[in-house]
Amino acid sequence: MAIGDKSGLSPGGATRDAFGKALETLGERFPEVVVVDGDVGNSTRTEAFATAFPDRAFNVGIAEANMVSVAGGLASCGKTPVVASFAAFLLCNAYDQIRMSVTFPAQNVKLVGSHSGISIGEDGPSQMGIEDVALACSLPGMTVIVPCDEISTGKATEEMLQREGPVYLRLGRPAVPRIYEDDSEFVIGRANQLRDGDDLTIIANGLMVAVALDAAAELSDQGISARVLDMHTVKPIDEPAVAAAARETQAIVVAEEHSANGGLGSAVAIAVSRTTPVPIAYVNTGDCYAESGDPDGLLEKYGLTSGRIVEAARSVKAN
Amino acid sequence: MSLEDQRPTIEELEDKARVLRRHIIEMTTEAGSGHPTSSLSATEVVTAIYFGGFLNYNAAEPDWTERDRFIMSKGHAVPALYAAMAEAGYFPVEDLATLRKLGSPLEGHPNVRRLAGIEASTGSLGQGLSIGLGQALGCRIDGLDSRVFVVMGDGEMGEGQVWEAIATAHKYQVGNLTAIVDQNGYQQTGATSDVLDLTPFAPKIESFGWHVQTINGNDMSEVVSALETAVDITDRPTAIVAETQKGFGILPVLEEAGDMNFHGQALPAEVAEKALAHLG
Repeated sequence: MAIGDKSGLSPGGATRDAFGKALETLGERFPEVVVVDGDVGNSTRTEAFATAFPDRAFNVGIAEANMVSVAGGLASCGKTPVVASFAAFLLCNAYDQIRMSVTFPAQNVKLVGSHSGISIGEDGPSQMGIEDVALACSLPGMTVIVPCDEISTGKATEEMLQREGPVYLRLGRPAVPRIYEDDSEFVIGRANQLRDGDDLTIIANGLMVAVALDAAAELSDQGISARVLDMHTVKPIDEPAVAAAARETQAIVVAEEHSANGGLGSAVAIAVSRTTPVPIAYVNTGDCYAESGDPDGLLEKYGLTSGRIVEAARSVKAN
Repeated sequence: MSLEDQRPTIEELEDKARVLRRHIIEMTTEAGSGHPTSSLSATEVVTAIYFGGFLNYNAAEPDWTERDRFIMSKGHAVPALYAAMAEAGYFPVEDLATLRKLGSPLEGHPNVRRLAGIEASTGSLGQGLSIGLGQALGCRIDGLDSRVFVVMGDGEMGEGQVWEAIATAHKYQVGNLTAIVDQNGYQQTGATSDVLDLTPFAPKIESFGWHVQTINGNDMSEVVSALETAVDITDRPTAIVAETQKGFGILPVLEEAGDMNFHGQALPAEVAEKALAHLG
């Protein structure tokens, strides 16, 4: 059974594809946008923009450090650089450049990390960004967005370009189910409630939103009513939505395709403890590196399934 | 009247360099910390760029779109830059005494968010040339002929990112970027030749397709003449390897004090006094 089947979602495309398409489309409307690529434009999908606007695209080679600082320099000249690479290479390889050339000077650079999480599959752990959200969130002034489907990714891309200041947009490699309609609302920093429920709230982002909706359908069959929030913006997190969920449903499960520390789980835990302390359970890749394999098999083996969310929900309710 | 026509004489620039050196020593000793000797080695270069008619700027309007840009990539040498900026009118000379103190925009390393006229926040070595490259490309996209000057340290050249930037500047034939390597021969723990010897710099940088000159970077006429050559080249990036001495201007005083490196520390008051007397 594929992700989204249990909740009746229709199939969709990959978020990286939606980003690439949106960026190319928005190129005319945002003349200050330039792309800085570390020779992975055909993977991150900035290639379409580079083809359409060759004078506004720079492939600096396999040199992420230089790539990010060049973007910082372009931003200081009033450009809106979009820097795209694999999430792992962008955040881990060029972390200090993001710190010194982007966030510390508060430059208007848009960082886009594709191939996040373990669902990239066969290429293995060296290519899997599982620390990127934690790293991005740790940087003062950074906005961190993890969209869950094609439509919200297109809207997130547009909102990112309109927003002043550093933004990290996290994308995935595989096709994911369609969650939203063309006219659905997407506002940075505001969670979308996809399903209402009284017994607990599942807060998810990225690929795990569809998995959460599957889990909610399963829980419903078991007589448990779960609210589902798409927390696409990890930072700044929608604290009122988290507080309302805690207050109204008294239990929370956080599901994300990221390591256990510093990601959405941590952000939700801080928001809950600041506002309305209630039990929280966590579904993530844990404190380990994954391995090569087929994406579905990896998600199963490393616990990113609706079954695991259901287990977490039952345990957190039993508390 | 062009910048070139306003160029002061070498003697006038040497006098200005002496003023900057006095500021560097006074402000770091007042602060009780900082990198005076790393600043002193770069003083001729900074003086010539700011006051020799090479940098097009407007202290009253620091964000003026058509300005040239100066980046102190070896951020610890920022006292030399602050001294030049004060003399250029970006802020009152008296403010130099606030260096490194709580609330002062004159931080220990340059911070664009605190001080108008600073073009890049530096202090984590190796990033200034990449940032300058981005600015050079940004100016080019906008059809501006602004030039970007980046001053780096010879120890800083150990950062791999510097060489990434050198390669990329060649790829894009960035003709409005000038890098100056302040080759003062020392870094934190000792001689650069002992720590990680990357000399000779000139053939290495040249091999990436840059125009490179090697000069005595503490000789004002050589600095001015090298900058004149560099700014006339617009079809490729240019580098000046400035062979300098760390603490230039007060070397006998450092020798007497028994430390020719004096890295990362302010001169004690009595040494500073001797240094100022030596400068005259």
